[in-house]
Amino acid sequence: MSWVTKTLKSTLGRKLIMALTGLFLILFLTGHLAGNIQLFFNDGGQAFNIYAKFMTSNPIVKLLSYLTYISVMGHVAYSIMLGQLNKAARPIGYAQSGASTNSTWASRNMGILGTVILVFLAGHMYSFWYQMHWGGIPTVMYGTEEYKDLYTVVQLAFQQTWMVALYVIAMGFLGFHLSHGFSSAFQSLGLNHVKYSPAIKAIGNLYCIVVPALFAAMPLYIYFTS
Amino acid sequence: MQLTLKIWRQKNASDKGGFATYPVNHVSKDMSFLEMLDVLNEELTEKGEDPVHFDHDCREGICGTCSLYINGKPHGPLQTTTCQLHMRSFNDGETITIEPWRAKAFPVLKDLVVDRGALDRIIQAGGYVNVNTGGVPDANEIPIPKTIAELAMDAAQCIGCGACVAACKNASAMLFTSAKVSQLALLPQGRVERKTRAEKMVAQMDSEGFGACTNTGACEAECPKGISITNIARMNREYFSAVISSDNL
Ligand code: HEM
Ligand code: SF4
Ligand code: FES
Repeated sequence: MSWVTKTLKSTLGRKLIMALTGLFLILFLTGHLAGNIQLFFNDGGQAFNIYAKFMTSNPIVKLLSYLTYISVMGHVAYSIMLGQLNKAARPIGYAQSGASTNSTWASRNMGILGTVILVFLAGHMYSFWYQMHWGGIPTVMYGTEEYKDLYTVVQLAFQQTWMVALYVIAMGFLGFHLSHGFSSAFQSLGLNHVKYSPAIKAIGNLYCIVVPALFAAMPLYIYFTS
Repeated sequence: MQLTLKIWRQKNASDKGGFATYPVNHVSKDMSFLEMLDVLNEELTEKGEDPVHFDHDCREGICGTCSLYINGKPHGPLQTTTCQLHMRSFNDGETITIEPWRAKAFPVLKDLVVDRGALDRIIQAGGYVNVNTGGVPDANEIPIPKTIAELAMDAAQCIGCGACVAACKNASAMLFTSAKVSQLALLPQGRVERKTRAEKMVAQMDSEGFGACTNTGACEAECPKGISITNIARMNREYFSAVISSDNL
């Protein structure tokens, strides 16, 4: 076994992958949010549709999107591996558990939280990503150029109460996942410092509330304004 | 005090084991938890029954031998060792559940006694410094800043009890291993072998079947010696920089 595979097979190496992929997904979420904020613009969806076209055609975005797919798959694959390893480390459990007195619920249930996010992600990709790439969706003209009207697809999707509810709930799960995950990733990388860790904690606490809340605000805004 | 004890009984390593319930009636609030078990064991012995086996040695919180999972927490409700826990932490009439440490790497030998040899093997893998024998070196021959000495001493407080493993939902031994990696990495005497040490100790920890870290912080919250998880971050740094730069293939 080479030193690279040996390292990546170790518990610390696997956690390194969890942390790096998790942090990349946090970066992705930030970018995704910045783009989708344009759904709030009162322009009939022009800015959003132009942005959506850019996102499916720009080569740098393409590269980033592949990195995102790899990150999601790596994150999920390693979470399954770690989950099995951790389960095997305690074959017989305790009859009584006082875990709630020594750790947060989110930190103990990252797998459950992540699984819900994964199911949501599959549905979300089908509703918008698949439709944008391969679905037959209407087009609009801005000037002389034709654009796929993803904005209308989004508007129609969020007329449905269950869709809105699903999105809001899923964002709640994401918030809990990140309430632990954000600072945990830095600890996994070995980045714990008296000067910076309080700031990382604070930014993580802010991030895990603000970002999912803004994402959840989009379907709610569309539902209540149209 | 009158108490009901629900205790894990297991004849030997291959026995399936199960809980047995015992009433104990002559308990004083000033008894330590282990003295309370001594009272139970005296009664059991008088009745000709097999006393409850549990580990203990110093009974003053320094050896790390005592190891009981009491009411869902290692070493019970206080952040101390089981031998330093007193019955005043419990209520009259309470039912107390006592279990052994649970981890694949800590097989139960009998009742509440587990084999913590895995922790010894982690230390043997690299938790030492190689020094030349000879005359005693002069005090202060190697200058060590006070802040560094304090950090190393904090890490050196680990008594190897294994409560961190018992508390962790993944039965991970990261806090224990990181305490020794940190103590030696912080000191000039330990720096010489720091790369090989980090690699070997982590490899041994993994091969013993301990879980990985999810950074829940349960270990730190339950450690009787207050070992901080900043040591785990330091071990991660030590390990990653070691595998990248060491000569070990
Ligand atoms: C956009 C989505 C996601 C983001 C931003 C994200 C982010 C993170 C971060 C930053 C961590 C902390 C890593 C560490 O402790 O070193 C983490 C841990 C974890 N994630 Fe995710 N995650 C996402 C989706 C998922 C999905 C879909 C799963 C599916 C199973 C998942 C499962 C887990 C698990 C099990 C852990 C804990 C691993 C451990 O500590 O042992 N996550 N996540
Ligand atoms: S780190 Fe704390 S809980 Fe773990 S073995 Fe050392 S003293 Fe016990
Ligand atoms: S018996 Fe030595 S620490 Fe408890």
